[in-house]
Amino acid sequence: MKIAVASGKGGTGKTLVAVSLALSLSQGEHVQLLDCDVEEPNDHIFLNPEFSRRESVLVQVPQVDETGCTHCGECARVCAYHAIAVFASRVLVFPQLCHGCGACSYLCPENVIIESGREIGVVESARVKGIDFMHGKLTVGEALAPPVIREVQRHAQSGGTVIIDASPGTSCPVVEAVKGSDFCILVTEPTPFGLNDLMLAVEMVKKLDLPFGVVLNRSGTGDGKTLEYCREEGIPILLTIPLDTRIARLYSKGIPLVEGIPEWKERFIELFAKITELAYEGSGGIKR
Amino acid sequence: MKEVVVLSGKGGTGKTSILGSFAALSEKKVLADCDVDAADLHLLLNPSVREQEEFWSGQIATIDEEECTRCGLCEQLCRFDAIADYTVDPVACEGCGFCARICPVSAITMQEELAGNYFVSETKYGPLVHARLGIAKENSGKLVAQVRKKAKEVAEREGLEYILSDGPPGIGCPVISSISGVDLALLVTEPTLSGIHDLKRVQGVLRHFGIQSAVCINKWDLNEENTLNIEHYCSEEGVLVVSKIPYDDVFTEAMVHGVPVVEYAKGPVADEIEHMWASLVRFLRQETRG
Repeated sequence: MKIAVASGKGGTGKTLVAVSLALSLSQGEHVQLLDCDVEEPNDHIFLNPEFSRRESVLVQVPQVDETGCTHCGECARVCAYHAIAVFASRVLVFPQLCHGCGACSYLCPENVIIESGREIGVVESARVKGIDFMHGKLTVGEALAPPVIREVQRHAQSGGTVIIDASPGTSCPVVEAVKGSDFCILVTEPTPFGLNDLMLAVEMVKKLDLPFGVVLNRSGTGDGKTLEYCREEGIPILLTIPLDTRIARLYSKGIPLVEGIPEWKERFIELFAKITELAYEGSGGIKR
Repeated sequence: MKEVVVLSGKGGTGKTSILGSFAALSEKKVLADCDVDAADLHLLLNPSVREQEEFWSGQIATIDEEECTRCGLCEQLCRFDAIADYTVDPVACEGCGFCARICPVSAITMQEELAGNYFVSETKYGPLVHARLGIAKENSGKLVAQVRKKAKEVAEREGLEYILSDGPPGIGCPVISSISGVDLALLVTEPTLSGIHDLKRVQGVLRHFGIQSAVCINKWDLNEENTLNIEHYCSEEGVLVVSKIPYDDVFTEAMVHGVPVVEYAKGPVADEIEHMWASLVRFLRQETRG
């Protein structure tokens, strides 16, 4: 089963939930944890893995052999991203704008464009604390997160439990991370910002037609409107984590909740049981 | 005119609460919410919309079923795995248009996509430019650029001194789009290992593009050792730590009441944010002279 952890608002506790869930399950079954927040991956901070594999993520960018080029300009015309400019006697390629669609090289009438890989990030993997861990890391200064996320996703195993930590928001990087999951956990906090962004995240998972439920973090702060919203919409609250300075301090030091306060392990195992039930038994109170 | 953007790398460090407070403290400014896929600034500023415009992003391929001969060439050539069973997955399609060009029977057309809206609103603190990206849409970077362009127009039209923008989390395309040409990026961080890790990456982006930055450590007393590490990192990096805000429940209480924290309660948090804004103003004025 593939479980995605997403949130809308950042800093609500996705990493805390993803890491604790993975650690709680790792003794009983095969668990893979994929950190798909490739702009700011944080899971590794809580696991301290020694990476045993490192692969480049490449985008195929064009290289023009100008000796055979007639400067006809076809490549520039077909490029939707303005990544190629053709002048009377020169061709300029802007690799950072290129999405690697391959149109220019395929459509070049003289066949003088070849593609070469440009590294925009890496995927690193390790076996740590009983978990098959992997994360993607976008290179600092690069803009395109989705190809790095796709590369991490490509390594998702078909058996066992796969847990995916997504980035905040509701646009393409999040969709790339959560699509194809069997269930999506939305982590939020009971504040106006948390609720506003939860509502956006709910729209997203509904659009992707995923079963989902909410983990409410820092309960006790803010107001009661998030709970009210979930009740009205029939969204199950899967787990409640209180606002607690002990939990915040553990987090600040990079200690997973279930290691700092082991009683929590039981609750994450229960969380998993609820998810399994909701994912397999269909609606379970979720309006889809 | 000076443009300041608030960033953090990690989400949830307090960007919006701090920017909302700057809105209350500053004169002659336009506000811009550049966190277009989870915009929250409007919850503090209570805007009334004056202008609304459509945001048309890139294009999406559509296959005409009647014309399609099911040759499969488009599916074979699409690098984004956006075509399966002779239909296009609009979420996966990146709008490159390759398929439309190579389809032997011209059954594929590219259609402009309405990907969201952006607004110019009035708030009690001044004009606000904000946006709403459609759910699961692409091109948030382009929408950020659009919001900034509009904010600049408003600033020029109304003779305003500052553009204050609330940036997106992360380091990717919307962040890069939010920083080009700004005068200062304020990085709001927290003393957690994740906060520090993410601060270093976003500072790396600013260094890469040659953008001046300053750091604010929010909830600094949550972990004093980590705060020291941040200060150490900043001094090595040559970045000014412009403010240290203590942990205080008033941050959340102000949010619940829908007002900037400096207007909600007097006290150490409000003092610190006022002091920070004064320092930033001094810094920006020096920049003008220097």
